Amino acid sequence: MTVRIGIVTFPGSLDEVDATRAVARAGGTPVPLWHGDRDLRGVDAVILPGGFSYGDYLRCGAIARFAPVMAELIPAAAAGLPVLGICNGFQILCEAHLLPGALIRNAGLHFINKDVRIRIENNRTQWSTGYGSGEVVTVVLKSGVGAYVADQQTLADLAASDRVVARYADGSPNGSADDIAGIASADGNVVGLMPHPEHAIDMLTGPGTGGLSFFTSILTSAARA
Amino acid sequence: MTRADTVAAAAATPDREQPHAALGLTDAEYASITQQLGRRPTDAELAIYSVMWSEHCSYKSSRLYLRQFAEKAPPTTALLAGIGQNAGVVDVGQGYAVTFKIESHNHPSYVEPFQGAATGVGGIVRDILAMGARPVAVMDALRFGPADAADTRRVLPGVVGGISFYGNCLGLPNIGGELAFDACYSGNPLVNALCLGVMRHEDLKLARASGPGNKVVLFGSPTGPDGIGGASVLASASFGDDASGGERAKRPSVQVGDPFMEKLLVECCLELYAAGVVVAIQDLGAAGIACATTELAAAGQVGMTATLDAVPLRDRGLRPPEILMSESQERMMAVTTPADLDRFLKICARWDVPATVLGEVTDTGRLEMTWQGDVVVDIPPASAAEGPLCERPVQRPPGQDQLRADDLARADGEATRLREDLLALLGSPAGADKTWVTEQYDSDVRGNTVLAAPHDAGVLRIDEESHLGVAIATDGNARYCLLDPYAGTQLALAEAYRNVAATGARPLAVTNCLNFGSPEDPAVMWQFAESVRGLADGCQVLGIPVTGGNVSFYNQTGPDAIQPTPVVGVLGVLDDVRRRLPSGFSAPGETIMLLGRTTAEFGGSLWAQVTRGHLGGVPPAVDLAAEQRLAAVLAAAAVGGLLSAAHDVSEGGLGLALAESCLIGAGRAARPGSGPGIGCVVTMPAGPAGTSGSPDPLAFLFSESAARAIVVVRPGAEVEFAALCAANGVPAGTLGVTGGEFLEVSGLFTVPVAELSAVSQRTLPELFGHR
Repeated sequence: MTVRIGIVTFPGSLDEVDATRAVARAGGTPVPLWHGDRDLRGVDAVILPGGFSYGDYLRCGAIARFAPVMAELIPAAAAGLPVLGICNGFQILCEAHLLPGALIRNAGLHFINKDVRIRIENNRTQWSTGYGSGEVVTVVLKSGVGAYVADQQTLADLAASDRVVARYADGSPNGSADDIAGIASADGNVVGLMPHPEHAIDMLTGPGTGGLSFFTSILTSAARA
Repeated sequence: MTRADTVAAAAATPDREQPHAALGLTDAEYASITQQLGRRPTDAELAIYSVMWSEHCSYKSSRLYLRQFAEKAPPTTALLAGIGQNAGVVDVGQGYAVTFKIESHNHPSYVEPFQGAATGVGGIVRDILAMGARPVAVMDALRFGPADAADTRRVLPGVVGGISFYGNCLGLPNIGGELAFDACYSGNPLVNALCLGVMRHEDLKLARASGPGNKVVLFGSPTGPDGIGGASVLASASFGDDASGGERAKRPSVQVGDPFMEKLLVECCLELYAAGVVVAIQDLGAAGIACATTELAAAGQVGMTATLDAVPLRDRGLRPPEILMSESQERMMAVTTPADLDRFLKICARWDVPATVLGEVTDTGRLEMTWQGDVVVDIPPASAAEGPLCERPVQRPPGQDQLRADDLARADGEATRLREDLLALLGSPAGADKTWVTEQYDSDVRGNTVLAAPHDAGVLRIDEESHLGVAIATDGNARYCLLDPYAGTQLALAEAYRNVAATGARPLAVTNCLNFGSPEDPAVMWQFAESVRGLADGCQVLGIPVTGGNVSFYNQTGPDAIQPTPVVGVLGVLDDVRRRLPSGFSAPGETIMLLGRTTAEFGGSLWAQVTRGHLGGVPPAVDLAAEQRLAAVLAAAAVGGLLSAAHDVSEGGLGLALAESCLIGAGRAARPGSGPGIGCVVTMPAGPAGTSGSPDPLAFLFSESAARAIVVVRPGAEVEFAALCAANGVPAGTLGVTGGEFLEVSGLFTVPVAELSAVSQRTLPELFGHR
């Protein structure tokens, strides 16, 4: 039986088609989840995709965090359900307090779309086991509110507890603290990534295939669980 | 609140003064309305006629000329819907259709750059959506005043920011476009937005109401006081025309965009289409409800009722004329059957899109609207939708011959400055790397972008199983058009055609956005007439139909019109996008060839502008048959896997094309700094290919002769490719080989690729700010 990965569509979600494609390409079964349904449809893991949920009004992710589906997802994640938030999904996870810190406007105040190299700092989360420790892969950064910030204590704790999943390998393009591109929850099951691995799954439409292992990793992890 | 001006009141007070002139209607037009109605119009009716008969909506000065696109249309089976619809629809095979269109939002973008450009994107996306298609990509053709002018620093970052804000939030990849600068756009920048959508053949929708008793539903954002008179006041007159207010008074005419609502509207419409509950649909753009109701009814030759009290308002103080003229964004109007109405409204609710039944389709042939129980509109819809026709005076400008005779004098010592000239072109705002702009756009969302800027054309995958895809490019060269609007427009067509062909695609169809000065100026009308004639003739020869387009007049502040700027978009198809050709070098040791003939043609060239500040003479010769042969070779070579890259040679000549190919790479989009670039060593032929006479290094590097491209031949395919060129009658000469860290023109000069990269990349960030 294949692993079923839920992908949530909020009003204003944009990259759910790409997350769906990446899950299928990795060999999993994508399962669409609707923001208005308090139902996770029994999936093995959930992806919160990129986009501009609720138009980024108020603050990015601040409204989506209160969507009915989140009322199911937040306790499930706390109980160990693997969750990956990409870009806007990362912002939602921070707003939901499933991950610490916040995302703020890029240092240059402009939206940035570019290929970035990220270094996998922790390959022991359920979303990153497919990578070698310290492996550098190219993925796509495309965000306007992508600079990760947290207080000094939180940043120190993240580093000390090995919860930084990925860092920008060539320095932060957007002002992220400690070059952080992605972090994990204390239990490691919830991961937030600002750049988009789902846009780096083939040579034709992306900078390479370096993002695919995030999706194969969860299939392996979930099948083992 | 006072009562509305009713039809009954209009009949009773035939002599009441009405502000038709302030609304942009001439005395003759007002008299015609009165005659058609048999009474004076109510203020609501006057509002409808004023916006529908505006230049922007009625094409009254241009329709006479635009007919040529149909009259000269080449025989084609590719066109599923053509001119007159919201956008043209082209059969691209395998049951898929593509709809695409480009439209101007010039005036709003000058008054309020951010919102003007943002709502330009929103408007064209709704046009595409209204055809039944899912919008899948956008592009923008932009023209600004001098790059170092203070006002350009206000306008350009605002426009780019607005496009970025709206397009990114909407989830549409921005896959290309143009960016050019000239003093003629100082008081009138051009913001032309293109959108492309994809559908199955059977999904085609038309803006044609039918079925008396069917319901008319208005859905999307509530209606506010924004953009009132946008079409009539802003887009149909020049800035500075009225001494009293100027652009200050026009500021409220710019709309404000909400891309989040547009995203909901897109998904909502696509679900409505899939559910089969839409009889007809029309987007609300210029002229808002006035336009949507009259056009839906007129196209269906039916009547329609509308209760204006039912329109959801953001401002309760709005009265019928304002409700009708408002250009509030993110609204659509659809016709559905009474049986499907409930399902229609439920789908809207699922997407949190407000929807209201406004009225019904009738068999009266009249458009009847009520407000607070009174009849405030009762007109034959066709009378408003069809609009008057103006035969404007046309006069070839007296200075035209002098301009064309003003050839650039060749100077001694030119050939000693080739390296400096190349770097000057590469560092000029027109020739420089555009990443500062394109990096602000999401070019990857939806995951089907195969090529984006700075490649010659954007290439999108349509079907993940079959790998069917399309290529699209826009081009325009106002300097050529000023010298010769007929030839200049054909050169724009030829360049867009060539850019699409350079990716390996077969060109199929054309859209256009014709940006000109005031039609009341006979010289402008001459430019316009020549331009349209050139485009229609050119499309006929190339065998690709014009599917639709947009005319933007009054692009001038005070007496100075912009240079004639027709922007031409060409759509092509690739049966297998995996065979697409990038514009940049991908590997060392491959043979570079130049296809086409080079002669010394500098009229209107970038070289003449950048190094000499000169604009005069005649533009490069047009040879559309040669363009067709070149395109045939490129398509066949791509399918056969003979090439690893192809790049059109146009503005800036071969020199700039080679420099770009060194820097662009073979990836889907420009990623400066991600690779070192690949150099090349080229040698000037003893006599330029196909010409007699002594070698002319300046022409070799900077002439802008048309129908040319550089290609990189895959190792082992040299003989087969040469035979293909010979069989098609395309002149082909070996230039050199890719590789190394230098762009070397043997015996003339050498530039490190790193220097090319630095020169190209620094210009726009230095001009437009922080990174």
